[in-house]
Amino acid sequence: MKANTQKIKPTKQTKKSLQNIDSYTHLRGESIYVDDVNVRQGTLHAVVFDSNCAHGKIKSVDYSKALALDGVVRILTSDDVTGENQIGGIIPDEPLFAEGEVHFWGQPIGLIVAESISIAKKARKLIIAEFEELPVITTAKQAKEKGSFINAPRSFNLGNVNEAFANCEYVFEGETFSNGQEHLYIESQGAYVEPLENGNFRIVSSTQGPTQVQRIAARVLGIPMHKIEVDVTRLGGGFGGKEDQATPWAVMAALAAQILNQSVKLILDRHDDLRMTGKRHPYETTYKIGLSKDLKIQAFEIELLQNSGAAADLSPAIAERTLFHATNSYYVPNVKSTVYSCKTNLPPNTAFRGFGGPQGMFVIESAIARVASELGVLNTTIQEANLLKENDEFSYGQIAQKVEIRNSWNTAKEKFELEKVQNEVAVFNENSANIKKGVAVMPITFGISFTNTQMNHARALVHIYQDGSIGVSTAAVEMGQGVNTKLLQIAVDSFSIENHRVKIESTNTTRVANTSPSAASATADLNGKALLMACDSLLFRLKNIVAEEYKVDIKTVSLRDEWVYINDQKSTISWEHLIFKAMALRVALTENAHYATPVIHFDKTKEKGHPFAYHVYGTAIVTTTVDCLRGTYEFDSVKIIHDFGKSMNLGIDLGQIEGGLIQGIGWMTMEEISYAANGKLLSNALSTYKVPDVYSVPKEVEVIPLETPGNDMAVLKSKAVGEPPLMYGIGAYFAIQNAIRAFNPKYKMRFHAPMTPEKVLMGLYQK
Amino acid sequence: MIEFILNERHIRTDAKSGMTLLDFIRYEKRLTGTKIGCREGDCAACTALVGTMNANGVLEYQSITSCISPLGNAHGKHIVTIEGINLKNELNVAQEAMKLNYATQCGFCTPGFVLSLTGFTFSGKENTNENIMAAISGNICRCTGYKSIQRAATDIATKLEALELDNKMAWLVANSFIPEYFLTIPDKIKKIPVKQESEANSFVVSGGTDMYVQRADSLIDEQINLVSDHIGLKGIIASDDKIVIGANTTVTEFASHTIIQELFPNLKKHMALVSSEPIRNMASFGGNFVNASPIGDMTIFFLALNTSITLQNEKGTREILLKDFYKGYKTFDLQEGELVTSISFNTASDFKFNFEKVCKRSYLDIASVNSAMRIQADANGIISNAHVAMGGVAPIPKYLEQTSAYLVGKTVDVVMVNVAMEKLQEEIAPISDVRGTEDYKRLLARQLFMAHFIELFPSKLNLKDCLAYES
Repeated sequence: MKANTQKIKPTKQTKKSLQNIDSYTHLRGESIYVDDVNVRQGTLHAVVFDSNCAHGKIKSVDYSKALALDGVVRILTSDDVTGENQIGGIIPDEPLFAEGEVHFWGQPIGLIVAESISIAKKARKLIIAEFEELPVITTAKQAKEKGSFINAPRSFNLGNVNEAFANCEYVFEGETFSNGQEHLYIESQGAYVEPLENGNFRIVSSTQGPTQVQRIAARVLGIPMHKIEVDVTRLGGGFGGKEDQATPWAVMAALAAQILNQSVKLILDRHDDLRMTGKRHPYETTYKIGLSKDLKIQAFEIELLQNSGAAADLSPAIAERTLFHATNSYYVPNVKSTVYSCKTNLPPNTAFRGFGGPQGMFVIESAIARVASELGVLNTTIQEANLLKENDEFSYGQIAQKVEIRNSWNTAKEKFELEKVQNEVAVFNENSANIKKGVAVMPITFGISFTNTQMNHARALVHIYQDGSIGVSTAAVEMGQGVNTKLLQIAVDSFSIENHRVKIESTNTTRVANTSPSAASATADLNGKALLMACDSLLFRLKNIVAEEYKVDIKTVSLRDEWVYINDQKSTISWEHLIFKAMALRVALTENAHYATPVIHFDKTKEKGHPFAYHVYGTAIVTTTVDCLRGTYEFDSVKIIHDFGKSMNLGIDLGQIEGGLIQGIGWMTMEEISYAANGKLLSNALSTYKVPDVYSVPKEVEVIPLETPGNDMAVLKSKAVGEPPLMYGIGAYFAIQNAIRAFNPKYKMRFHAPMTPEKVLMGLYQK
Repeated sequence: MIEFILNERHIRTDAKSGMTLLDFIRYEKRLTGTKIGCREGDCAACTALVGTMNANGVLEYQSITSCISPLGNAHGKHIVTIEGINLKNELNVAQEAMKLNYATQCGFCTPGFVLSLTGFTFSGKENTNENIMAAISGNICRCTGYKSIQRAATDIATKLEALELDNKMAWLVANSFIPEYFLTIPDKIKKIPVKQESEANSFVVSGGTDMYVQRADSLIDEQINLVSDHIGLKGIIASDDKIVIGANTTVTEFASHTIIQELFPNLKKHMALVSSEPIRNMASFGGNFVNASPIGDMTIFFLALNTSITLQNEKGTREILLKDFYKGYKTFDLQEGELVTSISFNTASDFKFNFEKVCKRSYLDIASVNSAMRIQADANGIISNAHVAMGGVAPIPKYLEQTSAYLVGKTVDVVMVNVAMEKLQEEIAPISDVRGTEDYKRLLARQLFMAHFIELFPSKLNLKDCLAYES
């Protein structure tokens, strides 16, 4: 092979901001999602038959009419499960198909497998189930009164709250509630399963956790994990909703494929998805907060009731993260926080961007708002007085390091002229009768790492093919967060080659095994670090070829813009030429690297440790306008100072900030989950559950990166960005509340999210 | 036989006309760029463009949500999916703008946005920021938070400034907005024979925007009579004292009619509150009225205009007031074989008109309470004529008979409005449901009633005085 003479393009541009590498196919409708996969001839379609009783004994189910329908192949129930009828991840408390009893409305009882979806749906209407109804619990408070819990409560303690309260100048107690939130990934849950030879299966799933699907499918099908290959190309949105809850649908389809020896596709339609899947956890909380005369928070005691739903799912882990973030960005020397995971008759609630953290932060922000109103000061006065400092101790024992919260607060205050804005709003409100404005500031401090230390690992498998092209496999699942783009940047920059040479492969359990789900904002960090390690190893071997051939020190060899340099001098060896040499010399061009986050640890018996690799910080200023005639509101602006560290792709990271912010605003304002007392979901369609549309977003969103050194625990010092921005949205609640207070002096502050137009109007006219 | 052009392809199919266009596109033709998000017109992941030949032989394009559109309505049309606007080996202008602005994340909603934005470029709508945002008003994205999409839309609008209006399609082709084949479509459409009349006594479906939300699964198996292209049922006729609207006229056709716009100066603002652009492009008045939703926006709008509707069957024709049409929850005075053929309202005298709607999300949502008022008052504020309607406060879309009657002869002022608000409370009977508690709906009813007067008579009263009177 001749030395490559092709034109060299600079690759450093990727560092500025490579657009999402899926852009081209996304924009042309050519990207493949589960429901787009070319299926095998004869593929069967499945629809889930679920309970329309939230709690009861199954007296009888008559499938005869459904089975008699032309085109219905089989209806599977718990009796048909070949292995264990058990899908619980953390605690084995959740059957795949109900057995004897149902515990939530929407709980799967059977799977109708038919020649088409429409036949299966028709069959479903012909099934008659009878239940002996049992008492239904829909709220966490009811569950606690009845002693209905998922597991034992957890409690974090720092200092001594009782002593501290006794010495406080001001002590207030109160209650808060934050409602659930539907993920509303636009692509609903689904999977497609093909039986292969020798009792093997290939599962194409829209899951954030391919290993979880593989593990549970193996359990339910009664076969070893190596017989199951799970493949994920991408998700049409996940947000946590496909971390654990993509599993049952994939497993059901796999079971049907096993029993019928045919390919089976199971895609939930929107109504089924809304009814059958869990959501963000609602929390009911009581708090007690104590401050010194100079407004320092001295003590904070909270009892959080998490509405976990009918099974554990990820609730215990989510409850734990609520405790981790119960003091948000503030230093509180005396903390006692307790969380109960309450078992109710709702679909098992699950991971959702923030993973319990937002629910915790809402409580302390509410407590601060309450204190501020009681003492007649601005919320910001108390917030600012209590921001976390370097070496402060969190309630879980970790010492705050490289703290940027005050930096972000001060920068926001200065750059966005907070005091001027507050004054302008006050003057505006003085002079305006129908329209009031409100402003609120929301600081965030969010810990990065799976709080379950053992999950913080990842692997990367890199093949350099003999033509110089590269295939990268990791455990990262692309769901819109842009992780594949970041991975591509890492590989491209490691070898200093052009983007087109690198392909990010689908996430597949046979290429990368025993993986943690793509969650906890940590996907790019964990998988990116593993990829860096794999690339470094390969790079060393490649450089060594040159060093040996030219008899130079390996340190003098580098790769730049598709070319080998020796002592900063361009050599005659191109990238392709180098790979050709490696092949000839029988050098391994494949590398598999493993990364496990160092330093972190947590002792659950003491509830102390150092669970987070680092924290992400930021401050948002939210300004709203409330129409006091109609009780409607809009957001004038949200201005954010965010700590990206050294962002490796600002375009993609800004997209995460904006998207997370709007999702958080949705949670705090219009998104209202509603269950009837009998456990039936009332907000059961997109016509009754509203997420933000193009008109409901703030008129202006400005995000300014905070200049910080970044953190070595973050991949390329580029901090995790997935979850933290959601919590900026919490500011929306308090901004609206401040506007209501300006209109109605009789308004009794309530902390009951979301702040729907109903709550606004009722607050405006409260007597 | 249903015959139409799907992107570049001539389609002749025996598929059932009641099947959704979405299922035909995705599963019969395997054009998988069109996504399924909700199947109820609430997310627009399934957006398609529909080109309809107008009287001048020009194709006019609109966006629709293909999930609630019957396949039969595609007959004689140009149906465009995402695959149909792709250029060979490059992104079109809308796609490129989306890419450069990082406006695609998970990508699932993206084809819908691209179609809405690309469709805007040849929609014939004035190139304003407001209009291009309206084009994506029905598209839901859960990833981006829309700001990047807004930036892309603004960039597209900027690129579109150079558009040569008299040579629109050729210019768009030459400037990489759309593929070249678009120029060949008009001739192909002209060759498609007009659809045969459907069978009598079959189930009548017009735009389908509510029928397909309620029962898409069963409509595929039914004999349905698709009337949306029935020429006799379309169009707006304005005479000196009357407006007559064909029952199949869509909300978009109504809202873009010059005379209607003159009659209702705030029409654009009001119509923006009614569903989304693709739904407005399909939804008909006849369907809206017969659907009898107690919260139907257009029903409330027309009730307040004291509209008459014309009903026709083989036996004959009759005209009744819309307010007399509704008998109870989802029941109405429609006799065997009767079809709503037209609606009309009187314009002989000057009047003021206001429409109010409050819901959880301001746009593309079903109201907690909506209300409309038509009122005529002299310079002194003496009311000679008033009609008030309100939705979400009764089992039927409610014409507020007593409140309306009370207003006549009164003078607009704070005291009168406060007394009328009490009358109003006696006349309504809202119930608590997912759209709000009874207490809220009662308060909202009061506020929206007040809002009519504050909007229409700003010199006579304001919120502060109204509230001061109360306390």
